[in-house]
Amino acid sequence: MRNINLSQLLPAMIDGMGTSLALFALTLIIALPLGLLFAAGRMSRFKIIRLPVQAYLLIMRGTPLMLQLFFFYFGPYFLFRISGVDRFTMAVVAFGLNYSAYFAEIYRGGIESIPRGQYEAAAALGFTRSQTFFKIVLPQVIKRVLPPMGNEFMTLVKDTALARVIAVAELFDVAAKAASGAVSVVPYVIAAIFYLVMNFIVGRGFAALERKLDYYR
Amino acid sequence: MNILSVEHVSKSFGENEVLKDISFSVDAGEVVAIIGPSGSGKSTLLRCINQFETVNSGSIRVSGRDMVTDAVYADKAMLREIRLKVGLVFQNFHLFPHFSVLKNITEAPMTVLGTPREEAEATARKLLSKMGLSEKEAEYPYQLSGGQQQRVSIARAMALHPEILFFDEPTSALDPELVGEILKVIRSLAEENMTMVIVTHEMAFARDVADRVIFMDDGFIVEQGTPEQVFGNPQMERTRQFLLRYSNQ
Repeated sequence: MRNINLSQLLPAMIDGMGTSLALFALTLIIALPLGLLFAAGRMSRFKIIRLPVQAYLLIMRGTPLMLQLFFFYFGPYFLFRISGVDRFTMAVVAFGLNYSAYFAEIYRGGIESIPRGQYEAAAALGFTRSQTFFKIVLPQVIKRVLPPMGNEFMTLVKDTALARVIAVAELFDVAAKAASGAVSVVPYVIAAIFYLVMNFIVGRGFAALERKLDYYR
Repeated sequence: MNILSVEHVSKSFGENEVLKDISFSVDAGEVVAIIGPSGSGKSTLLRCINQFETVNSGSIRVSGRDMVTDAVYADKAMLREIRLKVGLVFQNFHLFPHFSVLKNITEAPMTVLGTPREEAEATARKLLSKMGLSEKEAEYPYQLSGGQQQRVSIARAMALHPEILFFDEPTSALDPELVGEILKVIRSLAEENMTMVIVTHEMAFARDVADRVIFMDDGFIVEQGTPEQVFGNPQMERTRQFLLRYSNQ
């Protein structure tokens, strides 16, 4: 094993972490609202909306994220002869669309778990449909989806490592390159610690949120 | 003054006709109890009047407004206007679990009617004190007993100042020892001349508090009249049998 130059390795890995974190954050910014939209489409009364959304959710959840990354990165060239798409942008698009599909199903589960009586009580009191959704249903849905969302957030932290298949220099990519260059597992250990710390924070964040919403049942 | 009039209303679910040519009316200040066996159509009738089900034929008028005329419904704006004139208390309360007791009562006036917060809260506190729940305003529904939850839900309906209040078996989900407190509240509303239609299995209560009793069976109104008439001297065999079954319990 050759010696590892930590003063070179660490800044590079911190850069990689930055990229991973950016991918994580941008994915959520896209997928959290988009998932709600897909959930609405999935529950639509109209087949013409529901069926395409259902097909979309099946494809996004039924094929590997890695394959989707390739599709969004190479697709523009092979389909439309558009070259020079930005790898990081395409990673964000693939992750955002993929995770929105999972979030959609989690939202749907949450929305469908709200008892019919809540809607009827709101209607009897004169709330409009959108008032009912935003004031009565959604706050209760948020509480119910927190545990599965916590899982998804943790998976996302680790999934960002997949972006290296389209050569996005995220943390795992940096670690793997450094490890093979130095013939050492130390970069992997550092990467593992980073993912662990990230998910420790995510876990703590969700625990705090769940406590915050613990005031009612 | 006539607050509610239901004329020749029928309602089917598929082949199953659950309301058959129902006609009755309710005057201002009147308390009407609807009794009858399970599956007789009592709840469906309330759900039709409260716009949760659409009728197949007949007309319904609420506080001088045509809600449905020969199965043709009024426009959305009118239906909404009518909705705000009627209140509904559910068997299972259906309080909003994420709102405090106070907010359960103030949310609709503030959101739906645009009542200023201070005014909505003042009204809510008055109602809570009437319900004997003044100390509970900051608590959440899960912290309350069933009877307390039902009282909050009555206050919630009253906060919109409905012209007529409907109760769909308001005590059926309660432990027997909690039934009395709800009946007491309803009785006090009756003393204030609140117009009410109460679907109930509490025969003694119906007899005591109602001005008029409607007995339904198999989708029909079999008999209606004063409590003395219906309970004391029922004209129809089906009514007699039903009352007999109840008095034997």
